[in-house]
Amino acid sequence: MSKKIVIIDYGMGNLRSIARACEKVKLDSKISSSIEDILEADALILPGVGSYATAMKNIKKLELDKAIRIAVEKGKHLLGICLGMQLLMDYSLEFGKCKGLGLISGYCEGFNKDKLKVPLVNWNQIQIKDSDKIKKGIFEGINNLTEMYFVHSFYVILKDSKFEISSTIYGDLKYSSALNKDNIYGVQFHPEKSSQGGIQLYKNFKKLIENGN
Amino acid sequence: MNNIRIIPRLDIKGPNLVKGIQMEGLRLIGDPSFFANHYYENGADELIYVDVVASLYGRNSLTEVLKRTSNNIFIPITVGGGIRCLNDINELLLAGADRVLINTQAIKTPDFIYNAAKEFGSSTIVIGIETYKFFDKNYYALIDNGRQTTSVNIEEWINEVYNLGAGEISITSISNEGVGDGYDMELLNKINKFLPIPFIFHGGGGNKTHVEDVLTNSTVPNALAISSLFHYDTIKNNYNSEKMKMHSPKKIQPIGVNELKLFLHNKGVKVRI
Repeated sequence: MSKKIVIIDYGMGNLRSIARACEKVKLDSKISSSIEDILEADALILPGVGSYATAMKNIKKLELDKAIRIAVEKGKHLLGICLGMQLLMDYSLEFGKCKGLGLISGYCEGFNKDKLKVPLVNWNQIQIKDSDKIKKGIFEGINNLTEMYFVHSFYVILKDSKFEISSTIYGDLKYSSALNKDNIYGVQFHPEKSSQGGIQLYKNFKKLIENGN
Repeated sequence: MNNIRIIPRLDIKGPNLVKGIQMEGLRLIGDPSFFANHYYENGADELIYVDVVASLYGRNSLTEVLKRTSNNIFIPITVGGGIRCLNDINELLLAGADRVLINTQAIKTPDFIYNAAKEFGSSTIVIGIETYKFFDKNYYALIDNGRQTTSVNIEEWINEVYNLGAGEISITSISNEGVGDGYDMELLNKINKFLPIPFIFHGGGGNKTHVEDVLTNSTVPNALAISSLFHYDTIKNNYNSEKMKMHSPKKIQPIGVNELKLFLHNKGVKVRI
């Protein structure tokens, strides 16, 4: 039976672009904000474009934070994209301090506006960590230093760098551009907007779900 | 050093891709979906669609083109033309746009920039500035796709635009647009080297050397939007329609997206290959 994936709709993000990328790799996806759908899904994608505080407010109002936590504890795969990856952290320093989902320890900090153009809007390289598990997992078939499409003003600082699976350089800053802890994945770039390399990542995510590892 | 994004720009009127000279005398080019797919497959970093009559007639015929193309195109698409309210933005995002380009309404009611950035995030909001050098040697903004002059000085306007929360600015030189004589370097040099947000430059490239000149200047844009060079190359090499066998304007030496990027790469300009 084909695996069902829910693209979590909390009113923010390029949901349809993600749905189209899923369709491209024949991944059966549904855009939904229902707790039931999330609990029944085989895997989840947490998208997001916009402000951290608004995102968390919407997620809590719909009680999706609890549903996401339960699904992840059951071992379902979760992929956070862009703001969706930042939401996996403990908190963000966007507009003071705003609490996140706390699924991976770390926080989000803004780019230095005195030194860098913000937001970052560009195709930048991902430096993939040299590990067999990663090369056969979410980054299978994606060359080291492939350029992916990034649009963001804040970046993730992990408490434990062992969860970083790729890094990216902006100015003189090197930051985590993809992470993985057990069944939880996050990418700061938009794979659905990153041409062939990004589509390959969707294929790999599909394979991870199907193989259940 | 960061990559310079190379962005094919598609001006759209009704169901057709068109190309003008100084935003006027629109010439029918072909089916926008064909061109958009062709550019995606040939290494474009992003696409810009602009409905060139939307602002004038208050309608937006881009949604259909967007829906048709966004199923197979996995790079960002920025869409502009006739955007007047938050709901217009929402509809375009739902139809497949990633970012929106706003000009006329931003000048009429600058608060619209703030509200749009707050609602959709700064990175979604690109402000288009179309400009022309007047007799007093200053550059002023134009609205309604270059048809209407304003007293808005663009150097002041650029500052206001980023303070209101825009994520990027796209600057078009109306006098150079579509002509092929090269870019307006005087205009480019008026733009602050330390502008805190990225900007796209557009209008004037007639050959690959013009593009190289603009990207090796002291003020370098973060992206270039290009129409004529790419459209006429597509017509020449890929678009098999007899009635479309038109000649490019004589100052335009067409080149493909990949070919241009390789040329730039070999000249030491950083682009995604």
